[in-house]
Amino acid sequence: MPQFIAQHLPILQVIVPLIAAPFCALISVRNGAWWLAFVTSLVTFAISVLLFAATFDGEIISYHLGGWAPPIGIEYRVDMLNAFVLTIVSGTGVLTLLYARASVAHEVDAKQHGLFYTAFVLCLTGLLGVTITGDAFNVFVFLEISSLATYAIVASGAKTDRRALTAAYNYLIMGTIGATFFVIGLGLLYMITGTLNMADLAQRLLEHGDSRTLRMGYAFILVGLGLKLAMFPLHQWLPNAYTYAPSAVSAFLSATATKVAIYVLLRFLFSVFGFSIPFEADILFLVVLPLALAGSLIGAYIATYQDNLKRLLAYSSISQIGAMLIGVSMLSASGLMAAIIHLFNHAVTKASLYMVAGAYAKEAGTVSIRELRGVGRDMPFTTAAFVVGGMSLIGIPLTVGFISKWYLVEAALMRGWWPVVIVIVVSSLIALIYVGKFIEAAYMHPAPQGIIRREAPLTMLIPMWIFAGLSLFFGINSSLTSEAAARAAQGLVAASSLIWQ
Amino acid sequence: MHHHLILRVVAKLLLPFILLYALYVQWHGDYGPGGGFQAGVIFAVGFVLYALVYGVDELTRILPRPVLITGMIAGVILYAGTGLVGLFQGLTFLDYNGLAADSRHGQEWGILLVELGVGITVASSMTAIFVAFATREPDIDDEDW
Repeated sequence: MPQFIAQHLPILQVIVPLIAAPFCALISVRNGAWWLAFVTSLVTFAISVLLFAATFDGEIISYHLGGWAPPIGIEYRVDMLNAFVLTIVSGTGVLTLLYARASVAHEVDAKQHGLFYTAFVLCLTGLLGVTITGDAFNVFVFLEISSLATYAIVASGAKTDRRALTAAYNYLIMGTIGATFFVIGLGLLYMITGTLNMADLAQRLLEHGDSRTLRMGYAFILVGLGLKLAMFPLHQWLPNAYTYAPSAVSAFLSATATKVAIYVLLRFLFSVFGFSIPFEADILFLVVLPLALAGSLIGAYIATYQDNLKRLLAYSSISQIGAMLIGVSMLSASGLMAAIIHLFNHAVTKASLYMVAGAYAKEAGTVSIRELRGVGRDMPFTTAAFVVGGMSLIGIPLTVGFISKWYLVEAALMRGWWPVVIVIVVSSLIALIYVGKFIEAAYMHPAPQGIIRREAPLTMLIPMWIFAGLSLFFGINSSLTSEAAARAAQGLVAASSLIWQ
Repeated sequence: MHHHLILRVVAKLLLPFILLYALYVQWHGDYGPGGGFQAGVIFAVGFVLYALVYGVDELTRILPRPVLITGMIAGVILYAGTGLVGLFQGLTFLDYNGLAADSRHGQEWGILLVELGVGITVASSMTAIFVAFATREPDIDDEDW
């Protein structure tokens, strides 16, 4: 039996949640759907950890669906990079589901819980599927599974605020445009190569050389993924979606959805396109880098003006996504490594911060910074977790944020890009303003009269502090994450045809 | 409910043919254009037509919400279950070769079952979406705008 499981790990990663999801809708026992979803996420996390351990030494696992060998059949391909992302996604799934029990009971109608957890687990399925597959069209299918489920779980925040419905609708329109662009791009690639397997695509694109169709395909895929990952001018769906979604959903999505989209971007840029023509690198330098720089500054700047804590965090996410894209567009092994390590570091930081916001929403009934004055005295543990997460956003030493910023600045210096270094530092300083604004309100101001606030329950505090603890632990001892990120970056570098310094 | 006599009679006459046609598209999917998705939509159209002419309440009496949800789930489980059979036979997921004595018939059985799963899920989802929209009570009365 262990050998059977070991042999089928890649497919079990996806079908365990896929099969469990519909049963969540059937269970009518109180909290039954939650239990099923939680146990499922535990199983998927165990599988991810096994895959991570199996690929850590550079081994690549390939699984052929239906017994059809690639490039004809669908291939699931696990290497260091996707095992790393799989672990982030499924680990976040476990912790947010643990947190969701109390939070969702407060924010979603009891009779919708079955369907809510169905959509949640389907979203998990989609994100894991996108990450694990080695087939370009399969990426699109799973991207749609996760996105459709995401629209539904964002909309389920409508009990507390009806604006969740318009936010979800906006997200649906933008997400669908993104997916359409992505699939048009795939169509163009299919037109010139006649294949959809990523490894095969890379090979044939290299032989194909330059053509207008290839350039169009590249542009469509870049813009489509840009929408999905909320690249700066295409980020309009993100603030509302994250603000009005139930808090557990915001925590889950901020740590996984955009991260998986960045993973897909990396996979396509390096493993599929591989910079075989100069056009691809030029676009990255002339378009993506300026947008990333602008995004990291403007996102942080807008965040300083927000009164809604969840919206503040959403704009901060846009700024941090900018930082990751800066790392990607450096086109160097160190820049890539900085982007990949920031993927993990930002995931744990943002998840803990959204969990804090959710705890305020439940216990204080508000996420408005003005109304949360003096909350540090009433909810000491929750607010302390915010301080840890906030320090990580700024990039103060001993937090993961510092590690990311360090590698990012180092990579920029290696390329001699001084202006980029300045932008990274300035966006950190702006982060100091918006984080400081909340910390000041929470600790320095007296609480408004006649408000009773109690500390959040343990089921919310534990996952929140696990994330906060992780952002401290990996900030002090980053050997595991930096080693994994470095190996993943090397894998991508080896796959592309750029000449490296 | 005594007006629109012609509509009601014609709708009732058409219904069996719509459902039969859906089944034709379903089973013919192996050899020509068609398959579970198209068949599921056509099958659902039969029920939508029924609801349009006889009212949504009549439809929800025949197909209550739990039945529709069970249908959606059953289709997915049939699809995934067909895939799992291969897994337990020592092959890979969705490998149909082991479903019958020889691999050719196995493939045929596999695609038939998988498409049936798609058809069931699509038909129940389409009907459920229609019912969800048609039975939705507006939050604000028309006069209160």
